[in-house]
Amino acid sequence: MTERVLEASERTRAAKTRQRISVRPQSAKSKLAGSFHTPLWHRVAERLIAILALAAVLAIALIFVFIAREAVPMLWEAEFAEEVQIRDLFFAKEWKGYDEPVFIWQPVGEPAKFNVVPLFIGSLKVTLLAMLMSVPLGVGCAMFIALYAPRAVREVVKPVIELLAGIPSVVLGFFALMVLASWAQATFGFHFRLNAFVAAIGLALTIVPVIFTISEDAIQAVPSTLTEAALALGARKYQVALRVVLPAAIPGIAAGVVLGFGRAIGETMIVLMASGNAAIMELFDFSTSVRTVTATIAAELGEVAQGDPHWRVLFLLGVMLFGVTFVLNILGDLFIQRLQKRLTAS
Amino acid sequence: MVLAGALLASSCTSGKSRQEGDAPKETAQTRRSSTLTIKGSDTMVILAQNWAQAFMAANPGKVIQVSGGGSGTGMAALINGTADLANASRPIKDKERKQLAKRRDVEVEEFRVALDALAVYVPASNKIESLTIPQLKSIFRGQTTNWKDVGGEDKSIVLYSRENSSGTYAYFKEHVLEDEDFAATAQTLPGTAAVINAVSKDAGGIGYGGIAYAEGVRTVKVAPADGEPVEPTMENATSGKYPLSRFLKIYSAGKASGIAKEYLDYVLSDDGQKIVEGVGYYPLPKEATAAAE
Repeated sequence: MTERVLEASERTRAAKTRQRISVRPQSAKSKLAGSFHTPLWHRVAERLIAILALAAVLAIALIFVFIAREAVPMLWEAEFAEEVQIRDLFFAKEWKGYDEPVFIWQPVGEPAKFNVVPLFIGSLKVTLLAMLMSVPLGVGCAMFIALYAPRAVREVVKPVIELLAGIPSVVLGFFALMVLASWAQATFGFHFRLNAFVAAIGLALTIVPVIFTISEDAIQAVPSTLTEAALALGARKYQVALRVVLPAAIPGIAAGVVLGFGRAIGETMIVLMASGNAAIMELFDFSTSVRTVTATIAAELGEVAQGDPHWRVLFLLGVMLFGVTFVLNILGDLFIQRLQKRLTAS
Repeated sequence: MVLAGALLASSCTSGKSRQEGDAPKETAQTRRSSTLTIKGSDTMVILAQNWAQAFMAANPGKVIQVSGGGSGTGMAALINGTADLANASRPIKDKERKQLAKRRDVEVEEFRVALDALAVYVPASNKIESLTIPQLKSIFRGQTTNWKDVGGEDKSIVLYSRENSSGTYAYFKEHVLEDEDFAATAQTLPGTAAVINAVSKDAGGIGYGGIAYAEGVRTVKVAPADGEPVEPTMENATSGKYPLSRFLKIYSAGKASGIAKEYLDYVLSDDGQKIVEGVGYYPLPKEATAAAE
């Protein structure tokens, strides 16, 4: 996961250098581009790098194919059809012993009830809550460090926040489970000791550094000419920060938020330990326990026999989770590109 | 990333094992005759580790690997051929028996290895004396939500349950809930130790698990639907008076042989049964020691 953070900050840095390169005279470029005089090893190296880049894309495609291959047979397998109806995976049903149609995840029992809706609600609830906590915190922190903090403070605070990203999630989960949960229950009087709120705090601790690092880079990358011009026109410092620097840095900050979201929805260990893992169908109450998609896969995949309907449904969960993060990443990227275009055009 | 990697790896192995079809009748056991892999019940994992240690001390050069994960995990490993023996705190399901026959073409052999009283835990601060099985069912179904309805103080009940790969979960579901579903509000925790930890910290909490873990919490007397409350003691479990007493079991795929047989002989010997008591479970009653069912 940290690679992704690095990769993103690398991207912003690359964007900066690109600007620099484009200022260079054209003659230098044409010399490089002429293929007649290019030494052989240049061409070999170019191919090699292209292959490496393609390998990453290929790996992702293969992972998707492998996960999907385990899930898709549910469409025609007799063993699956005997136990589960596909529509019950997504819609409420009035099971025997219940008074009304319900969304239930009870994969062990007769009949097994696999409804994925409460799991996705759980995942989204925890993730959104964690984003609500970490976006203001991460961006605020980044603005302070980039614009206000004296050098000495910056040099201590920045590495410390980035160190947070290095704490293994199992340690954060343990902390949330033992310390945060008791504190939250004593302070707010929650019915559930382990709940969405506690898990979200744990998650927020992991995504604050992601959002902070990328936002801070984006803010640093805002050309000083902009701030200097605004200051020269008599703007106050906070006006410069809020109306000049922040809007100019928004594409970078948005990239950080998208990455943070992906990290949060895919996080497993913290939610497995601190969320209580009860698949409760409840949209808004964040003091109830939740069961996330990731925690479900982690807790149950080891148990099932290969090819079992339960096994197929768990892989379906994996496919759906993959789909959600994939689509969100693409939407995020599109949004950022649009923003960038609008900002540079005006 | 790691998860994706794991999925990738497991889907690869599944594909391979299917291509080979019925070829892999040999297991880790036949390939390396001095190693034994045991997986399964979390309830039994400490017990099995103690057995393995004592067995390895007595038989140098032989290696036993024990891991937990839940009875369902052990059965899945037996079916997938990644373990030689499966610990289970519940009987094998018909479905698992069929899958074993289909995938590996073997009959399963069952050994009763210890006796356990499945205890119901409440925090030490909860003064409730006893609960009946119907009361327990109503509590874990989510129909009774306050302790005052079962004779306790006015406090809402917080349910702690186990992951559904757990044999204890399956046993409780079958014998207390009569195969109905747990309330959706029941929090599922990995392992009995986690349940104990959670219950001890939650004044309204209630949980269940093996008797050997019951430290820092209080065990409640349990009464059958029409009977007196019974304490989960060795006598009551052995005599069958305690309504939630159960055998802990080991399953082998096919007839146990080689090191698996030696290990099972050791487990059922007097030395092995002494270890059971040391860990906190109850040794088998004398007449039931033979492989049964």
